[in-house]
Amino acid sequence: MTMPMLTVENLMASYGVVRALHGVSLEVNEGELVALLGVNGAGKSTTLKSITGILRPVKGSITFLGTEITNRKPEWIVKQGLSLVPEGREIFGSLTVEENLRLGAFVSYQRDRYKADLKEIFELFPILEERFSQPGGLLSGGEQQMLAIARAMMAHPKLLMLDEPSLGLSPAMTDSIFVLIKRLREMGSTILLVEQNAERALEIVDRAYLLANGEVDFAGSAEDLKRKVDIASVYFGGDDAAPCEVPL
Amino acid sequence: MIDLEFLINTLSLGSLYALLALGLVLVYGILKLVNFAYGEYIMIAGYGLYFSATVLHLPWWATMLFGVAAAVLTSYLTELAAFRPVRNKSANALIVTSFAVSIFLQNAVLILVSPRARAVQLPPIFSQTVNIAGATTPVRNLLIIGTTITVLILLSLLMKKTVLGMAMRAAADKFTTTRLMGVPANLVISAAFIISGLLAGIASIFWIGRSASVDPVTGAAPLLIAFIATVMGGMHSPTGAVVGGFVYGLLFNVLSITLPASMISYRDAFMFVIVVLFLLFRPEGIIKGGYTEERVG
Repeated sequence: MTMPMLTVENLMASYGVVRALHGVSLEVNEGELVALLGVNGAGKSTTLKSITGILRPVKGSITFLGTEITNRKPEWIVKQGLSLVPEGREIFGSLTVEENLRLGAFVSYQRDRYKADLKEIFELFPILEERFSQPGGLLSGGEQQMLAIARAMMAHPKLLMLDEPSLGLSPAMTDSIFVLIKRLREMGSTILLVEQNAERALEIVDRAYLLANGEVDFAGSAEDLKRKVDIASVYFGGDDAAPCEVPL
Repeated sequence: MIDLEFLINTLSLGSLYALLALGLVLVYGILKLVNFAYGEYIMIAGYGLYFSATVLHLPWWATMLFGVAAAVLTSYLTELAAFRPVRNKSANALIVTSFAVSIFLQNAVLILVSPRARAVQLPPIFSQTVNIAGATTPVRNLLIIGTTITVLILLSLLMKKTVLGMAMRAAADKFTTTRLMGVPANLVISAAFIISGLLAGIASIFWIGRSASVDPVTGAAPLLIAFIATVMGGMHSPTGAVVGGFVYGLLFNVLSITLPASMISYRDAFMFVIVVLFLLFRPEGIIKGGYTEERVG
């Protein structure tokens, strides 16, 4: 059996005295598209922040491609091949689209490959070629989300993590973002997707973890989740959002 | 009133103040720290000029390189030894640290050298005057204008055309996200301190050039000028700092000309009134920073 690409074991994290994660464990295998679902405050973003090294976990371990990455610096973790498309897109507003993409390639820059990479990016996101020399801050929300994804891909990540890519976007734009994520997966990317929009996410992912109150409440294939969990209540954040019907 | 002499005086004073302000804003942009030890880099550069001339007997151009190098090294070392350990603490911790560094450096010089001023020799060209179209002006005024233009061009090339420059601009905008691109935090912060020290060193040559002496509190006045210039021009961009520097130079010279002789010694008080007005009516400064984050859609 091959080792999972990413293994998170018993992760605990806090913001000051407030414990946000109470022992989260999850795995992502190469080539998979895995979702991390849950309502606001369930601990999804905290999990991603811990994996990327922005937040130092209190306890637990994170292993990526056989290397322990717990408590390492974010810039070191990126170099291992783990890129995050952060929540809220976090485009460098005063930098041009070109400069945003160039910084995305910071860890992987090779002159010849860079040109080819840009070409590929423009095929996926034609709008970015149009806006190439405009400041990122002048792009619309959807365009910024595309730029954020493109910027992360410039690093040639082995695992791409997306934090709420559909947040704040129009329904039409949300559609195209989900189509894009599916396409990236078909192109061979391994993706960990954090979403509040569980219904939409389950349409495209292989497996999913359902987080509630800082714990994994349910884990299984997308089909299992659709069948066994009242998705509407997860989506709208009901109290009994996640009955745990399958033992973990 | 607006004659060539006034113009050259204003441009040269503005150039010097722009360099001073720029060095302060580069560190502020990335670390959100108003580095109150910044004046000490200028002071150390002055002692660098003094020692390299009197002890090492270097030629004048080498004393200048030595002075600038001393400021760069001091700036970098204070970052390593003082600011880096408290970087993840509060903004208050950082600012208090900068006061500590300032007091430490001033007193180190006071104890190790002397509390009294030392004469700094600069090449004769600094004290000569030239006649341009009927206006008499010190040559150093023209030198500072030329130097500042060169520095501004090189710095904007660095910021726009190099990946380090892009990373520094990105870090000033969103620091954590910049690290998520794989840019080492230490790299951009050290670079900011090194460039800040470089600007302090270059400005120091011209600052010291006016009085031809250096003492342990030499740095206090240029620090204040840099701070006021950034308040007026805008803390959030290098452009703001440069604009603030020139505006400061202009206001100062206008006051010098328009105030009656009996009030000229209150010139600084008038300057502070203008600063207070800025803080009241345009606290973000002349140049607002950044773009609006996103449009709807």
